[in-house]
Amino acid sequence: MNKILEKERIAEEVYRVTVEAPLIAQERQAGQFVILQLDDDFGERIPLTIADADPARGTITLIFQTVGKTTHNLAELSPGDAIANLVGPLGRPTHIENFGAVVCVAGGIGAAPLHPIVQAMKTAGNRIITILGARSSNLLILEDRMRELSDELIVCTDDGSRGRKALVTEPLAELSERGGIDLVVAIGPPIMMKFCAETTRPYGIRTVVSLNTIMVDGTGMCGGCRVTVGNETKFVCVDGPEFDGHRVDFDNMMDRLQAYKPQEDEAHEQCHLEMAAREKQQSGDRS
Amino acid sequence: MTHKDRDQLSAEARQALTDLLARPEPLKPRDRIAIPPQEMPAQAPGQRVTNMSEVALGYTAEQARVESMRCLQCPSAPCVAGCPVGINIPAFLAAAADGNFQRAVEIIRASSLLPAVCGRVCPQEEQCQLECTVGKSLKDLDRAVSIGRVERFVADLEREEGRVEIPHVKPETGKSVAVIGSGPASITVAADVRREGHAVTVFEAFHKPGGVMMYGIPEFRLPKAIVTQEIDVLEAMGVRIRTNFVVGRTRKLKDLLEIDGFDAVFVGTGAGLPRFMGIEGENLVGVFSANEFLTRANLMRAYDREDADTPISRSRVVAVLGGGNVAMDAARTALRLGAGQVHLVYRRTEQEMPARIEEVRHAREEGVTFHLLQNASRILGNDHGCVTAMECLRYQLGEPDDSGRRRPLEIPGSEFVMPVDTVIVAIGNDSNPLIRQTTPGIDVNRWGNIVTNEKQETSMPRVFAGGDIVLGAATVILAMGQGRQAAAAINRMLSEADTQEGDSA
Repeated sequence: MNKILEKERIAEEVYRVTVEAPLIAQERQAGQFVILQLDDDFGERIPLTIADADPARGTITLIFQTVGKTTHNLAELSPGDAIANLVGPLGRPTHIENFGAVVCVAGGIGAAPLHPIVQAMKTAGNRIITILGARSSNLLILEDRMRELSDELIVCTDDGSRGRKALVTEPLAELSERGGIDLVVAIGPPIMMKFCAETTRPYGIRTVVSLNTIMVDGTGMCGGCRVTVGNETKFVCVDGPEFDGHRVDFDNMMDRLQAYKPQEDEAHEQCHLEMAAREKQQSGDRS
Repeated sequence: MTHKDRDQLSAEARQALTDLLARPEPLKPRDRIAIPPQEMPAQAPGQRVTNMSEVALGYTAEQARVESMRCLQCPSAPCVAGCPVGINIPAFLAAAADGNFQRAVEIIRASSLLPAVCGRVCPQEEQCQLECTVGKSLKDLDRAVSIGRVERFVADLEREEGRVEIPHVKPETGKSVAVIGSGPASITVAADVRREGHAVTVFEAFHKPGGVMMYGIPEFRLPKAIVTQEIDVLEAMGVRIRTNFVVGRTRKLKDLLEIDGFDAVFVGTGAGLPRFMGIEGENLVGVFSANEFLTRANLMRAYDREDADTPISRSRVVAVLGGGNVAMDAARTALRLGAGQVHLVYRRTEQEMPARIEEVRHAREEGVTFHLLQNASRILGNDHGCVTAMECLRYQLGEPDDSGRRRPLEIPGSEFVMPVDTVIVAIGNDSNPLIRQTTPGIDVNRWGNIVTNEKQETSMPRVFAGGDIVLGAATVILAMGQGRQAAAAINRMLSEADTQEGDSA
């Protein structure tokens, strides 16, 4: 059991929770993730990236979007409540060294897993240019934090409600064209990572992506997370989660993410109905 | 074979027992051989595919006694030599034949820690029952004494009557041992080391202990309550179990020894890395490892579609690749989840199948279609990347290979297409990579299995290993056997350390 100490809604359908997890806080490195489950018997195990950790306090920070039943239920918990099962840190840590100039690209919730990587890359002495993108301003997260850590921050939204009205690939293309970039780290929705990789490919700039696939155990046992990387099958949990973006078969990965779509949609729909009913009930109680 | 229900089998056994006990003379070997083998009562095939409950219902007391009377008590006891842990089989069968079931289970427990599990999942026909003189006299392996079924009966009775005793634990020694993984090898080590008074902590990556017995073997073959009971015994002995703990990630193996102060570590992390065929289309949506499919169904309870949050595919036509127990488990689970057709595709013949005979029979009875001497060559999909069909090749058997089984040779040009929406790959597992990835200094062979000597010692001082991480994918009983050896070596090492400390003081 891991106790939730703090919970905050930081954007539309995006929450930040701080959880007691002393061992994970101590061991985790940039790029790693946890798997959590809210009910011992019937709960689903879902992977979530670690957005931050405080080893002294023995806590980790998770940032998640409510996209399915488990994340919805997690968002309903309050400080003092406990997460039944939390395991980690899983996955291979990010390879950190002084590469020179590193462009870090985040799409939406991807800013959460990117945060510790930016931190570690900065500490290693890299010059950091961060591109922070989202569909709209109400979905942007960690802007202030990224500004603090980065030598240069470029904010863009699809609808232009904050920063540049652009997809993250536009500034990425400009930076690639300008030259002098040693590494790109891109984390976000698969389609965004795919196009980031396509953007840098002609320039031959090494581009690392972090994949978030379907998983059960997170230790190599189930193979549900497998992806095709350069015609080889790799397991995201034990071989990744980070891979060379130029070699990942994103189309196959996106297909595989849809594997349980009908079931997930039903469960998600049910969550929304229940939430709406609860809200109606609460507003009824108040009047 | 027509299905006889439990009542009928029980009545027949009662009559047989009465007749046998009424004989004035002691039974001669000839009389014993003439006793009809006792059939295992089972749920009717049509009924059992609609539920997840155990298929084999277990002997009645009369059946257990009658079956035990079939044992000739041969002085050479070839069955004992066939048992990986050397259970005194004639002695426990003699006790069971007399109706002294408690004595029988005590004899088993002197050598085996998990009789209710092994009675169910051991490949007896390749071990004790293969060597049985009765089977050999009758020239029919199927008619050997059903040692496993009697083992299961006496173990179940002991549990159901609440007579399972918590093993005696010697006074605390102040030494401590870390056990990584909680499958059969680890459970054995934990119990045997704890008995000597050493503190034991078991580290399990999943949220529930039991390893492959929890996530892999389905409820209808091994009820989870039996596994849970074995874990409860460990906890009652004072073994500490830490779930959600991945050694190598949550804590490095080296740190367990150097920082946390464990005096020894046992690695029993199993063969948890599913093998795939390496063929085109294997990453299409609808292709699963048997591990994933079974873990979703068993541990995550996806068969309970109402209550479980974990989804599982709604398959209609399923192909399972492989011929082992895991393949049978996957095929039979798919049927229970509602698949209309389940095709088991195996590139050799039934003779070479590694699965237990009983599992193969159960699968056939339940309606799994067997496609022998065939294998997948390609998996075909649609525009959405979902499986629509599987291209197969036909095979013939050639000369025996290294495993002693005749090598399957593909017949060129024999391609044909089998329409399916799901493919479950059950062709085995490689060793789990986590420990070797995160533990410099531990020697592994070219398959990634940890290398040990006969005392289960690894290349790292104070680190032992056993079970599938050493053997490659094997059986519960072999894992248990290695656990026994490792525990003995650990206990010896810890007591020698004591003696040395005493000498220098």
